[in-house]
Amino acid sequence: MNKILEVRGLSKIYGPGCPQCLESTGPEVDTNLCPHCGSVVAIHDVSFDLFEGEILGVMGESGSGKSTVVKALYFDQAPSGGEAIFYDSDRQHDLFSLNAAQQRWLRNHRFGMVYQNPNLGLNFNISAGGNIAERLLMSDLMDYGAIRERAKALLARTEVLLSRVDDLPKNFSGGMQQRVQIAKALATRPPLLFLDEVTTGLDLSVQARILDLILEIQQELKTAMVVVTHDLGVIRLLAGRAIVMKYGRVIETGLTDQILEDPQHAYTQRLVASAL
Amino acid sequence: MNAMTHTTNAYNFGFLDEYAKKEVRRAVLKAIAIPGYQVPYASREMPMGRGFGTGGLQLTLSLIGPNEVVKVIDQGSDDSVNAVNLRQFIEMTCPGVSTTTKTAECTLVQSRHRIPELALTASQIIVLQVPYPDPLVVVEPSEDKRKTMHGEADYSRLLVKLYEDIVKFDEITISHRYPTRINGHYVIDPSPIPRWDVPKLNDSAALVLFGAGREKKIYAVPPHTRAEPLAFSDVPFRVEDFRDAAGRRRACARCGCTDSFLDEFVADSGSKTWQCSDSDWCDEQLLRTEHPQGELA
Amino acid sequence: MSYVAIKGGGRAIAGAAAVTEFLRTEEGLGNTCTEPPEPLKIDAILHQLRHLVDRVISEGGVYHPKFAALAVKQSLGDTLEAAFALRAWRSTRPRLSATPPLDTSRMRLIRRISSAFKEIPGGQMLGPTPDYALRLLRLDLMDESPEAFRAIAREWLETCPDAQLPDSFPKVLDALRAEDLLPPVSATRQQAAFDITREPLVFPVPRSAALATMARAETGSLLGIAYSNMRGYGDVHPTVAELRVGYLPVTLPHPVTGEFTEAGEVLITECEVVAMYEAEGGGKPVFTVGYGACFGHNEVKAISMAILDRALQKGMKDGPANPSEDPEFVLLHVDGVDSMGFASHYKMPHYVTFQSDLDRLRTTQQKSGEPA
Repeated sequence: MNKILEVRGLSKIYGPGCPQCLESTGPEVDTNLCPHCGSVVAIHDVSFDLFEGEILGVMGESGSGKSTVVKALYFDQAPSGGEAIFYDSDRQHDLFSLNAAQQRWLRNHRFGMVYQNPNLGLNFNISAGGNIAERLLMSDLMDYGAIRERAKALLARTEVLLSRVDDLPKNFSGGMQQRVQIAKALATRPPLLFLDEVTTGLDLSVQARILDLILEIQQELKTAMVVVTHDLGVIRLLAGRAIVMKYGRVIETGLTDQILEDPQHAYTQRLVASAL
Repeated sequence: MNAMTHTTNAYNFGFLDEYAKKEVRRAVLKAIAIPGYQVPYASREMPMGRGFGTGGLQLTLSLIGPNEVVKVIDQGSDDSVNAVNLRQFIEMTCPGVSTTTKTAECTLVQSRHRIPELALTASQIIVLQVPYPDPLVVVEPSEDKRKTMHGEADYSRLLVKLYEDIVKFDEITISHRYPTRINGHYVIDPSPIPRWDVPKLNDSAALVLFGAGREKKIYAVPPHTRAEPLAFSDVPFRVEDFRDAAGRRRACARCGCTDSFLDEFVADSGSKTWQCSDSDWCDEQLLRTEHPQGELA
Repeated sequence: MSYVAIKGGGRAIAGAAAVTEFLRTEEGLGNTCTEPPEPLKIDAILHQLRHLVDRVISEGGVYHPKFAALAVKQSLGDTLEAAFALRAWRSTRPRLSATPPLDTSRMRLIRRISSAFKEIPGGQMLGPTPDYALRLLRLDLMDESPEAFRAIAREWLETCPDAQLPDSFPKVLDALRAEDLLPPVSATRQQAAFDITREPLVFPVPRSAALATMARAETGSLLGIAYSNMRGYGDVHPTVAELRVGYLPVTLPHPVTGEFTEAGEVLITECEVVAMYEAEGGGKPVFTVGYGACFGHNEVKAISMAILDRALQKGMKDGPANPSEDPEFVLLHVDGVDSMGFASHYKMPHYVTFQSDLDRLRTTQQKSGEPA
């Protein structure tokens, strides 16, 4: 399998930072807040690889830094350090050395993002179809008929009723909003998709159907995904490999089955035990 | 201060002080160098209202010299109140400059809402008055963010507006101020000219300058530059339709012209007539029909 | 029917100017009063309508009280129009020189108050203010005799006790700063100020550009946005540390020697508000400061400006949470010349654009009638 993403030493510190920040934070000291300067070490030294068509789970409780990882990779927040290489067929992009326009191009053409809060991923003032059209128009598709057909096909694929293609997403249910977000993210057939707690807060039955949809898409389109969640069940269902984070650090990494059957770190052991 | 020295009308040629005119000319050069880019400039207060053409006027006054022949129109007409007002002001503050109503004779035309029907030549400049310079303002109120969007040629949100229009109305509903892409990058607001006039920007022989006084921006479509109205490949841009119910092109009730932009008039009786919006064009057409030989001369 | 309804524009403009001029001079016919009618004297406007003049020099952004009075006269008392005329006149003048930052502690005061302390160094000085006056119509002024008019001023001068006032007063903020209750003097203070008459606002703008824009702003617009902050669309919670009105010495570089020389003085109103405190960069918490100043005597404007200055500093730092904290929103919507001009322009013909609108609506209506 070909590597699609290589992340090395990713870090993000909120605040001025000081020489004692790193030793004073992390899972051993049970905090991500530096007592000396008040900075928050959101993530430090996060490294992983992602291969084509693979789903990687990033697991942890709130404050573990898991969402910061995808926000940095999707250019929502600039990291404080580290690097990430995106392998796009025969080209390589050093993500954090690109200029704003190049980053925007990658976001629009090669990446997709589904947020926990649909407000971040969708423009609530334009129709569901318009949301998808926006992404297609960013990639210079200028044929109205073709845009409309593609938007309808994507909504059909994500099981949104076609009669609602011209309705505003603010009038949709939470599950339906996530489906529209997924359709929008997939519009440009990106090889890499980021999913940030996409089923959190939804009804269990709705959750299950969205997770099924994600799995089907991954099998159909061979899209590589980074799935961020606090839910062990989501990891078990979707991810072949996973990393476990606590207070900004990666504490365990490996095949999902292995982590769930034989967790090494005490924190992961407690997590798995409480879920069983 | 001795007030008496100021009570006579001893204004500098072109009203503005020379530093102000130089600044405007520098902005014009930059605007020509980057077609469609909105160049910020300080924009002086003029003695007529913001919105009445102060941006266009600052361009005109900064560009004209004593041998200039200036034409001023508003709604296509040389005799509308605002055009008369601006023309009188130019005559008062620019001694030696002559004015004309004939499009063919002028070296510079300042206009609000129209581009003359007669094609302008390489030796002419047209200055258009602009109330809203930024086509992105309908989708993004913050000027700071719009600047980035222009820089990256990020017009997808504007295009989505066209998409939503077609979804809702089966038509693009933008009537005037039609967003137009210049030289393949910047999208401009071509000022409130009707769609009828937008194709005249494309590959124009004359330099087209846009001045927004209140919003303090100058931009340009240099000669022989691409100007493409935003549209979809399968839903093309369309100019105003002047056909009657039977599908026949309406003619000007005065000169009979069937290929000019028409104003609609409602008579007291309720009946409607149509006449050329461009008054000089209408006069010229009338002359030709009355003296058909003149055309050959 | 006539060709193009707007023909005859030249005559119409001349006619409009003539009838306006008739209204200005109509009193001269002697039909409306018994006194021999006299044209309004510039001096009368300067003195008896001084707050009108104050507004015009402030919103016009030119300290020329005589021309401001003239502008009031020719615009029949319309402050927007008068400030506009003064600004347009300003466009014809080159900028020959610039003053250094002026020290307002050197002001010759006619009024200064603090609502933060009962006692302030130098003392409170109420001066001319209507703040505590009863707003009752003074019917005795309806028919004031010239003799009575002259007697009032003379009597005031004769009976006014000789106060032993110093030439200038220390500033309340200096006292607070000495107690470490305020942030240190901003490092940007020595930088050259942004000249809004020579440079366009391109956001983000420095604070000096915001202050200059507000100093020229239309009083009502500035008050409206500041009031929204006071009412709860914002949280400045200001206390007026000091409000002063007086004459500020203006220094200019001498044309020959280059030495700073006092060239005259200008009447200004200055307001400093102390507002919600914050701890900058994890340091000791201190109060924050908002600053307002304008030409002429206009306290509502200076206070509004000080509150908005504080609100805008917050917005520039943390991002705007309210309209009054948004630099673009505030600074692009308070200029009287810009906003009144644009409101007026809607009266101009829009025949062509409306024709274009009609075309779109008719086409759309036609399509909506067609079967899908």
